[in-house]
Amino acid sequence: MARTPSRPLEPWRWLGVPALLVILATVAIDAPIRLFTLALPEPVFPMVLAFGWAIIRPSILGPFLLVLVGLFLDLYCAAPLGLWPISLLAAYGVALIGRTLMVGQETEVMGLYYAASVLAAFACAYGLVAIAGHGQPSLIAILWQFAATLALFPFVLMLRNRFRDADIRFR
Amino acid sequence: MAYRDSPFQELKVPLTWTAGVAAVLALALAVFVFVSDRKDQARVSAQALGHAKVRAGFDGVLAPVSGVLAAPVRWINDGAGSVGDYFFAVSQNRKLKKQVAELQQVAVADVALKNLNRRYEELLKLRTEPPIPMVTGRVVSDTRGPFSNARLIDVGSDSGVKIGNPAMSEQGVVGRVVGVSPNASRLLLLTDPESRTPVLIDRSNARAVLTGDGGPNPRLEYLRGKDTVHNGDRVLTSGDGGLYPRGLPVGVAEQDIRGVWRIRLYSDSGAIDFVRVLVFDDFSQMVDQAKLAEPAMPPLSAADAAKVKAAEVPPPPSAASPAALPGGPPPPAAALAPAAAPRSLPPPTPAKPVAPPAATPASRPAAPGAAARPPTIAQTVAKSPAVKNPAGKPLVKKKPVKVKPGEYRRVHTPDNLPQYDPNRPDGRG
Repeated sequence: MARTPSRPLEPWRWLGVPALLVILATVAIDAPIRLFTLALPEPVFPMVLAFGWAIIRPSILGPFLLVLVGLFLDLYCAAPLGLWPISLLAAYGVALIGRTLMVGQETEVMGLYYAASVLAAFACAYGLVAIAGHGQPSLIAILWQFAATLALFPFVLMLRNRFRDADIRFR
Repeated sequence: MAYRDSPFQELKVPLTWTAGVAAVLALALAVFVFVSDRKDQARVSAQALGHAKVRAGFDGVLAPVSGVLAAPVRWINDGAGSVGDYFFAVSQNRKLKKQVAELQQVAVADVALKNLNRRYEELLKLRTEPPIPMVTGRVVSDTRGPFSNARLIDVGSDSGVKIGNPAMSEQGVVGRVVGVSPNASRLLLLTDPESRTPVLIDRSNARAVLTGDGGPNPRLEYLRGKDTVHNGDRVLTSGDGGLYPRGLPVGVAEQDIRGVWRIRLYSDSGAIDFVRVLVFDDFSQMVDQAKLAEPAMPPLSAADAAKVKAAEVPPPPSAASPAALPGGPPPPAAALAPAAAPRSLPPPTPAKPVAPPAATPASRPAAPGAAARPPTIAQTVAKSPAVKNPAGKPLVKKKPVKVKPGEYRRVHTPDNLPQYDPNRPDGRG
């Protein structure tokens, strides 16, 4: 059955399914493999959700789902509990604040704003790890992961284009 | 009341504001989790809030799932590796022949050195370290971001792995176990920002602390003295603090462009599919934490000590004492066997009322009117036939495990664990 714009979009479709896909992608990318003896970069897939959900539509469920996804990431990466929920919410907050500014802007502007959101999240994570680990993480390693996470921007666009006009209430 | 008549029908809440409030609440929740996790790690295990149990449970569930999800990626990687091997077979063959020729010389020198070393040990009466049992596990996930570096392996407490055990690849130290569930373990890599490893420079015997920072090359900190480390110096675990055994290969020292000494890890140069966990009891595992946490009693003065000694002299038991009466009722069952008797002990036989020897205080004639004093648990246990082992046989029967030559066993018992031998270059016993 074809979906019409007037049909309400259930939260599990634009919140639940992308969250599940992100978790699967995170697990798959962490397979213990090397390419020419070099470790593959590890992007932070949930950053797509943190930015995309704020752009598509502000919702009450979104931030709490981000906390759940972040806790999964903490447990999966053996990071301090709470590190990724706080960082993802920082990215979500930055995207939410600038949401109205981005309406009608070009893709490049949105890309820049995505970079700013990811930067906010990584700055948060840097500070929290410095507090928790009593040491400073390597800036080169952070830049490497930052670049890998920026490369996920096409997935943000896909998410936005898929659900932006999916429900008339989102406009 | 119909929906259209509801007073909330016309109520319109600004969407962005409600989402913002939800975000603030979620942030408060996340901060609470972060702070409680920090506090939980600072506490001793008896007072912990259970975050470690949550992590162990999560790892136990995730290990098989991750193994299945990562399998296709691993197959593709293996396939690509096979193609590379096919195209680079000739150059690899030349390289390996050269390595074999070099290693043959090393092997000859190794025999002579081992012989000499053994002789010195005998002459000096050195107490050498015993071989360490090992458990081999397959890596099912490898998280490698700048904020956390950890691996999940498919062996856990069922195979004897404990928190704190060091792990090695074929080349060198990988990290140590920070979480254990029955079927999986979590390794904290040397490169993790929270990792601190005591190491020594092989050439100068200088001590340092290897500090991870999320990058591939952890740095050397607290390095003392001048000219203690050079480019290319070999770095080993020092064994200080009892966390790691001494002498495990870690890597090679190199100075970066800012002048900071870093380590090029041996474990970084090879595949990361399998690791060996050394089932090694570190100092913190051997210490009884509950005993350490007990408050110390203040020392007694000489007068107080004399009073305590006088009070400890047992009064003579009364004639009506059940233990002293032959044929009297047996003492309570709880007093005859220790409270925490192991399950492997034989079932207790019905306790007979044994009259203690005449020399013991319990058999002395009681003063008239004195209260009966029951025997202490230690006295009763020492005399009880239920816990005696007259034949001197071991209480737990050890079952010999037969392992065929060349057979690969996934489940290790304390009898068939492979041994880590520090005298061999590959560490195999």
